[in-house]
Order: sequence, then C-alpha cells, then structure tokens
Amino acid sequence: MLHSEPAAARSGFMHSPSHQPFADYDPSPYFCELTSRRPGGEAARAAVQARIGTIGLDALRARAAAAEHDLIDLGITFTVYSDANAIDRILPFDCVPRILSAAEWATLEAGVKQRVAALNLFLHDIYHGRKIIADGIIPADLVLGNSNYRPEMEGFPIRFGTYVHICGTDIVRDTEGRFLVLEDNARTPSGVSYVVENRHLMARTFPDLMAGMRLRPVDDYGRRLLAAMVEIAPDGVDEPQVVLLSPGIYNSAYFEHVFLAREMGVPLVEGADLVVENDRVFMRTTAGRRPVHTIYRRIGDDFLDPTVFRPDSMLGVPGLIGAWRKGNVTLANAVGTGVADDKAVYAYMPRIIRYYLGEDAILPNVETHICREKEGLAYTLANLGNLVVKPVGESGGYGITIGPRATRAEIDAARDALLADPSNWISQPVIGLSVAPTLTDAGIRPRHLDLRPFAVTGRDTWVLPGGLSRVALKEGSLVVNSSQGGGSKDTWVLADDAETAP
Amino acid sequence: MSRDVPLLARYAEGLFWLARYLERAENTARLVDVTQTFESPGREAESWFALVRINADEAGFRDRGITPTAEAVKNFYLLDPLNPTSVVASVAAARMNARTLRPLISTEMWLQMNVFHRDIAATSDNELAGDRLSRLCRRIKEGVQAHTGITEGTFFRDQGWFFYQMGRLIERADQTTRLLDIRYHLLVPAAGEERRIAELAQWSGVLRGAAGYHAFRRVAPPSFTPRDVVAFLLTDTAFPRSVALCIAGIEDCLTQLRSRYGLRGTVAALERTEELRGAILGRNVDAIIATGLHQFLDGIQSDLNSLAAEIGTAFFRDWRPLA
Repeated sequence: MLHSEPAAARSGFMHSPSHQPFADYDPSPYFCELTSRRPGGEAARAAVQARIGTIGLDALRARAAAAEHDLIDLGITFTVYSDANAIDRILPFDCVPRILSAAEWATLEAGVKQRVAALNLFLHDIYHGRKIIADGIIPADLVLGNSNYRPEMEGFPIRFGTYVHICGTDIVRDTEGRFLVLEDNARTPSGVSYVVENRHLMARTFPDLMAGMRLRPVDDYGRRLLAAMVEIAPDGVDEPQVVLLSPGIYNSAYFEHVFLAREMGVPLVEGADLVVENDRVFMRTTAGRRPVHTIYRRIGDDFLDPTVFRPDSMLGVPGLIGAWRKGNVTLANAVGTGVADDKAVYAYMPRIIRYYLGEDAILPNVETHICREKEGLAYTLANLGNLVVKPVGESGGYGITIGPRATRAEIDAARDALLADPSNWISQPVIGLSVAPTLTDAGIRPRHLDLRPFAVTGRDTWVLPGGLSRVALKEGSLVVNSSQGGGSKDTWVLADDAETAP
Repeated sequence: MSRDVPLLARYAEGLFWLARYLERAENTARLVDVTQTFESPGREAESWFALVRINADEAGFRDRGITPTAEAVKNFYLLDPLNPTSVVASVAAARMNARTLRPLISTEMWLQMNVFHRDIAATSDNELAGDRLSRLCRRIKEGVQAHTGITEGTFFRDQGWFFYQMGRLIERADQTTRLLDIRYHLLVPAAGEERRIAELAQWSGVLRGAAGYHAFRRVAPPSFTPRDVVAFLLTDTAFPRSVALCIAGIEDCLTQLRSRYGLRGTVAALERTEELRGAILGRNVDAIIATGLHQFLDGIQSDLNSLAAEIGTAFFRDWRPLA
C-alpha cells in the first residue's frame, strides 16, 4: 500500500499543488534522492513522501519557519564576513529529509574508511620514507613543493599512524546515482554540529515524519570523539585532559566549537588560556595551571604557534609545537595534513589507495585534470566552457568557475587566472549532481545536494552514520557551501532496509 | 559523584561579568523608573540630571556635547550604545559574555539571553515617552529576572556559580548605594511638616525602586524617618538588596571557594569584605549621615571596586577594571 502512494501523488494533476506537494515535482534529468527507483529503503522513501503529502504545503511551511525560528533563538548560527560586517546567519534547514538506505550507507562507510586509511598511510609515508615518491606514483614537487607540506613533521612519530583524526569527505552523486568523492577535508572539517542539531530539530518539528522509522542514531559523536582524543593522548597519562582549542567567538564556526566542547564535556579554550612551560602545556584555571594532554584544535597549522609558524598569530600558543614534538601533548588533527587534502593531490587519490591498500577505491573520484601538468592545462583551456575550474588552495566554494554557467567575461577571467598560475588550478567535468525534494517558495522542488560524512579515527576509524547533506537552495545552483546560500537537510541512515513499512 | 573539574580562569571572569552586567541593567531600569516618579512638572531636566550626578557621568555628557534634557538622559542610560553603562550596552556585553560561556552555561540560559538581547536591542526611542517608560523598565527588569530564575534552576553549582554570584552581589551593592545617593540631599535638616511629608514620599519612591517598600514598612518603626530608610538599605540583614546582605553573600562565596575548592588567593578579597562590613555595620547610621552620606557612599563604591580588583587579579585571566 505504501508503494502506491508516490504514484498517487505524482498523478495528482487534479489537486492544487498546495495540497499535493509532489504533484508537479520533476527531478529529471538528475538522480533524485527520494524518488529515483533503486533497491533498498523503498518503504521508508515512499512513507516520507506520503507523509509530506498528508502534512501539506501550508503546514510544512509553517513548521519549517518555526524550526528556523528555533535556530535563531538558540543562536545556532555561523558568522559571515563581508567587508567590515559580521552577520550571524543560520544554516537554512530544509525539512524534507535525505534518506540513505542501509546498503547505500554500507558502501559509503566502507569507502570513507578506506580513504581515511589511505590518507593516513600517505601522510606517514611522505613524512618518513617517501616510498610513494620514489616509486613514481606521485610527483615529488607536488608533495614537497606544496604550501601545506610541513618539514617539521619529517620523521616525527604519530600515535597509531593517525594524522587525520577527524576527516570530512565530500561526496556527490551523478545522474546514475553513483557516489563520487569530490574532496577530502583532512584539516579541520566543520559541519558535524549541524548533523546532530538537524536531527534534534527534525524530531521536535516533524515527529510525524519520523514516527516508526528505524534510523541509525547520530548523537554518539561527542562520546566517540572524546574516546579517540583520550586514545591518542601521550603515553603514560592516566586521565588525560582533553581540550578544544578555538579561535574564539569571532570565528565563523564558533557555534560548532561550543557544540563539540559540550558534547565531549571538555573545556573550550582559546590560545591565551594555554601556556607552555618546560615543553608542557597547561591551561589557566582559577586554581592555577592544570596540565593539558590532547588538543582538538580548530585552528589552522599556520596559527598554532607564533614561534614556529606565523609570528603574527594571536590565536595560537607560543611553544606549543615544541611541547608537541617532545611528545607531551597530542594535536588533532596532526600538523601537516593539508598536503593530503589538497585539490591537486586529490587527483592521485585512486592511485594512492591502490598503492597502499592494494584495493580499488570503493568511492571513485570525479575525473580531474591537473593544470600544473601540461596535458591537464591544455585540456582545460580547450574545454573551459564545459569544465568546473577550481583553485587548489581555496575552500568554501570560493574562486570556482562553472563553465557551462559562466558568462564570456567569466570564462575569460578564468583563462587569465589559469595562464597566470596554472599550478593553482584543477578542472573537472560538470557533474549532474543528484537532487532532493526541497521546500521552496514555489513548492517542493528538486535542488542539488552533496554529502559530507565525518570519520573519527584514533586506533580505529568510526564513521558517523549519515553526515551533513548540504543543499544548494538556489534553483539550478551547484554550490552548496553555507557561505554561498547553501542549506542543509537531516540525513537519515536506515537501520535495516529489509524492514517494510515503518 | 561530581568530579573536581577545573574552571578556566576566563570562564570565571565571564561568569562574574555576565551576572554583573545583567544586574547593572536591572538596576539602571530601577533608577530610571524611580527618577520618573520624582519628575516634577516644569523641572524635568533637573530631576533627570540626578541620574547623571550619581553615576558621575557629568564629564561624559560634556565631552560628547549632550545637553542633559530629560529625553537625553533617558536615552543615555537606556538606549545609547556608546554609553558603556546603558541598558542596551550592558545587555549586549552580558550576551557577549554568555557567548564565550556557551560551553558552560545551560542551553536555556543561552536561549533566554539571546532572545532578551534581541528584544532590548530593538527598543525604539518611542518607548522612552512618559507613558511607556515604566513598561519598558519593567520589561528590562523582567528580562533579567527571567535570566536569574533560569540560572537558579539550571546552572551547575560548581565554582563558577560562586563567581557568578559575586559579580551580581558586587554590582547590586554598588547600585543600592547609588539609589540612596539619588536622594541624599533630602537628608539636609528638614524644614516644616509639609516638607517632611513630601520628602518621605520621595524616600518611599526610593524604597519602591529597590522593591523594598513593603518589607521596610513591616520592619520599620511606626514613625519612621529618612534615617530609617538609609539604615534599611545599608544594613538590613534580610533585605536582598541591602549593602550589608550583599557583602555577607560575597564573603560566603569567597569562603566556599576557599574551603570547598581549595582556591588560594581569597585572602586579600576576604580582607576587603571585612573592611566593607566594618564600614557599614561598625558605625551608627546617624553618624554616617552627620558626616555626609554622599561621601560615605562614594567610599563604599570605591571599596567595592577594590574588592572586585582583588577577585580579578587573584582568579581571572586578564583582569580589566570596568569602563
């Protein structure tokens, strides 16, 4: 019976759209996360569609507005800096959940674990024997000449060989529904707080949509993260003190730092709360100095220690790197991971995975042309109109030119930038990103989205079921970044596909 | 089962200021409210200037070229973001502290603070008009009181609680001395019965401003004089806004921090509280009035500042005296 509901909804031409939200929903030519047919999770997808139909557009809108109002009141915001102004904005919440079947998640989880394992092996190798360079798998200058390569890391032992303790993998789906990795975030990936908050928001605002669904829970993240932070603490410390190091309240991700500190139950410190004495790190408390053993830092490498990296950094802790090199404190993520999530190194990831693990990548890359290489540059210049051109050093969706959508002037500007500094660029074909039904002013409409699962690694890797689904709210837009008008969805992972109607 | 969890010095400082800024906002609303009741037709500016005087803001007005009309004074203390002691600025500063304290305070505290801040920041100057002013003051007081109640019901009782209480109590003691100061010139030996009655009405206004009128009537002698009002606000041991009760509360917090949490560095602050207690309770109120209440209150305010400085230098990360 549940299977018949979507069909009924789709054939509802006689109903006004406000009563049948899916009546004029048409995701073609893209893969739709809710309506495209595939084995596994059919009952849950059909039920969600039917329930949204029952709730109706007007009630959906009213509830979605109330949910966003909650976010504002709770200060669940990020800060956008434009010119001299800082504006607190919410990450818009779309109330139609994105559903991953147990089978889909099994693939994603295995793929993310594989990737994290390869990233860590790669980092260990390039900071030790550099076999992968000697074996000619990856060009030496791509690694050693990379601005994120840290000579300070050479030969430095890392517990369990884990450099990337927290990893966010950006994954998209093409028109066939294949999962592809778009980017690795191995420095300080953000967004996990929204995964958990979105679930809370969903449970508060749409209990009827969730009723009876058996979903993998997401509120275990803080405990898992803390366990990993304790695991990686220096040897011989009985009850390690973990802290979260944040740039402070002016950072755009401050809410997330608060969230993580609270979920772990550890102090959120700023650089000036820490002091280093005799290569040991202490935090300044009302009872004097207390030792600190693991630092989950949400500050970039450059800002960690003004005596080693940027001398003008006010955010860091003088002497921190010294204490770390002495093995008295652990940093998560390790210093120097940026060389592995670089967009140029990304192109080599399938080969890196095969080299270290002897396996093919479970989650393929998007085809990537490296403009520092002659063929890559030539191909990119010849096909600018059909390619997405990205700067390798940027994040947050800045500096991207999407060929098919660009004006002539924008194409020309991209060409000039490419020629001026080819090694700063990569290009990729435009992927027809999958879409999901999203509540818009015009009704339920398809909008493109991606997925960022979060992996936590101490001794072993654990992946938070689901991840952050970021959705481009503008019609036709492929840019999902929060700083550029993206929103997010609650991401459900079904506990068991075999189960029928919830 | 609670583990002894260390408290970041910066958090202790943030809690102290969070409470202090909110207490200030509440008391400023009380002062404004009470001043409005003193407003005499044709001499409004004069009544309102008393506020400027007790806050020692004469220079601030002069420097910014503000003529202290009734409207200007109300605006300065309620809505002026450039006046660091205005309600708007205090609530903004409290929210800023709450933001740094987000890892520590309850979600309910943060939610209320956030919404209260938004409400106060959106106050328009229409609300300063005579017929609406008292309602605005009530909204401010109630916002702070809601915060206080939520904090009482949800905030964890570890060391942080005591720093929070001390910030509140120091500010409250200070503000009570200012409330008293607003009418100190009425203590000049009175003429005639008619004048006496008019003055008593004003003192009742002061008591109402401190929410102490009914309590005072219960404990005061039947034929009370202004002296009794002064004694009540300075020395009563049961009235929550009396200076003596605030000092006792601070002493209590410091003692708890020392005995329960083993914090060293409380000695100097405890000495200051003892001195303050001596100054308030060690002298007869008549003698205080005879030698000059205004000077006495000034002295108490400066002692409270020294007390805050002792707490700040002993426990906070970067002690910075209040603007």
